Amino acid sequence: MNIFVCIKEIQNPELVSDLFRVDEQRKEVIPVRDMPLVTSPFDEQAIEAALRIRDRGIAATITAVTLGPKKSLAGLKRALSMGADRGILISDPDLEAQDAFGVATTLCRAIEKSGPFDLILTGRQAADWDAGIVGCGMGELLRVPVVTLAKDVRVESGKVVVERVLDDGFETVETTLPCVVTVANELGEPRKASLRETMRAAKKPIVTHDAASLGLTADVLGDSTQRQTRDRLFIPAKDGQCEMFSGGSPVDIAQRIAARLREAKHLR
Amino acid sequence: MSASCNNVLVVAETVDGRASDLSFELLAIARQLVQASDGIVSAAVLEKLDAACIRDLGARGADQVFSISDDRSSAYGAERWLATLPSLLAEHGPSHLLLGHTALGAELGPRLAFRLGTTVATGCERLELKQGKLSVLRPCFGNKARETLTLQKCPAVATVRARMSDPLPPASRDTKVIAVAPPTDSAIATTVIRRELEAEMAGARLETAKIVIAGGRGLGSAEGFQVLEKLAAAVGGAVGASRVACDLGWVPHSRQIGLSGKTVSPDLYVAVGISGASQHMAGCGKARAILAINSDPEAAIFRASTFGVVGDYKEIVPALIEAIGALQ
Repeated sequence: MNIFVCIKEIQNPELVSDLFRVDEQRKEVIPVRDMPLVTSPFDEQAIEAALRIRDRGIAATITAVTLGPKKSLAGLKRALSMGADRGILISDPDLEAQDAFGVATTLCRAIEKSGPFDLILTGRQAADWDAGIVGCGMGELLRVPVVTLAKDVRVESGKVVVERVLDDGFETVETTLPCVVTVANELGEPRKASLRETMRAAKKPIVTHDAASLGLTADVLGDSTQRQTRDRLFIPAKDGQCEMFSGGSPVDIAQRIAARLREAKHLR
Repeated sequence: MSASCNNVLVVAETVDGRASDLSFELLAIARQLVQASDGIVSAAVLEKLDAACIRDLGARGADQVFSISDDRSSAYGAERWLATLPSLLAEHGPSHLLLGHTALGAELGPRLAFRLGTTVATGCERLELKQGKLSVLRPCFGNKARETLTLQKCPAVATVRARMSDPLPPASRDTKVIAVAPPTDSAIATTVIRRELEAEMAGARLETAKIVIAGGRGLGSAEGFQVLEKLAAAVGGAVGASRVACDLGWVPHSRQIGLSGKTVSPDLYVAVGISGASQHMAGCGKARAILAINSDPEAAIFRASTFGVVGDYKEIVPALIEAIGALQ
């Protein structure tokens, strides 16, 4: 079967808040200099989900797909050294500043162009804009089933069985191939690159696309700003000062905290 | 801009045959959105609810309720809604759509938007309706930043985080109930084989508790949560956790608070051994007060807290239980 995993290279989401800056005029994040991009963590878990399907004995060709600046190539190489078989890099400044509709359209076009697909995996959301729209939208554009928030994805007798995370538990659902599944952090840690796969990765093919090679004209993509516009991007002000309790034994401190909480009516 | 761009439809999820708390919160937001323009607020429910529950939706803000009697309960939630909503909107006129940012809504919202050829914003915290267009404020970059978006299409779709508004106090309203027949021809591709709810932990319900005691990696082990449960019991609160504590298997994931977990807005949030990553604060930033207990004086949590103490929770928390007991 053909599994496609859509990944996004982003600024490290674990970056400490002090280094995180935005340009309010341009409504963009200011990249931290000399800081390499990382694969959005949920997308890395989507790669892991694909590899686990193959580990369980399903013959699968796993293709990692990314849309982003040229340096996103590093993310594809990491995916290949984890065990993916081939990569697709879509890089074109005209395609990067799009809304979710444009991105989903672009990714679908690249996947359709590289042959039939059975399963498309991606993270529950990219850890930059935290929107979680693209995966769902791809399923709609391709008119195939979508299942979100997977913690386990299995392929069994030509069907996909997904255990997914609910607000208060889990459910197991079964759907037909082809389909789109988005992966949640509950799937667990992705594997590290293996030495064997890293050695092989250099020989694995990576195809590069731009808008022209995918036939993505303004007609197809439409104008993002006719759909939604970003009016502001800002870092919220941290308000207030923390009232610290120190000095004395833990018992003294606890008594003062309890009294203060009662006084401020936080305790009944 | 047609008048319908001032109407709002709330996709009301149900729990045990009742509309969820979040549905009532969405109705309150919807009422506020239509206030200036006299638009109509509708609610849609997928289950056949009894009359009292339908009246509840009216009392909390719905001018009309679409009661869709779809009994295919083994069909996948998003597909059940997708089978009905587009035709319902086509028949009764378009309307902006509000959904809760839940496991269902976070998927259904984007899918509906694509299917209807419109646009969507997810995980919104504040919404406005300006000249028929939805404008939203939402956290992004792991809650380090906020963006405001204007959805240029009508109707548009927004998913809204829990606890962004209080439900309206019940009021008598002349609510129209419109029965909607479920589609007979829609093929359901995805079926639910099994559903398992996580065992409730002792104490108050997390979503509505006045006091939440939450633990993180700093607790060091699952056993650390036992002392938090004791504190929760002493104050009538509920126990929550950071994503790390859930991922480590110390607590069920349904206790997770944060961007990819639950949102709470208690009077008091006690954060024990939680570093205070922005992603976590997305789930508790609305608390009236935060008390941070952490052994690391540099922990970011202190910058976001009202009260703080640097120390070993194994000493502080039991002492706090004693001290609170002595006050009562």
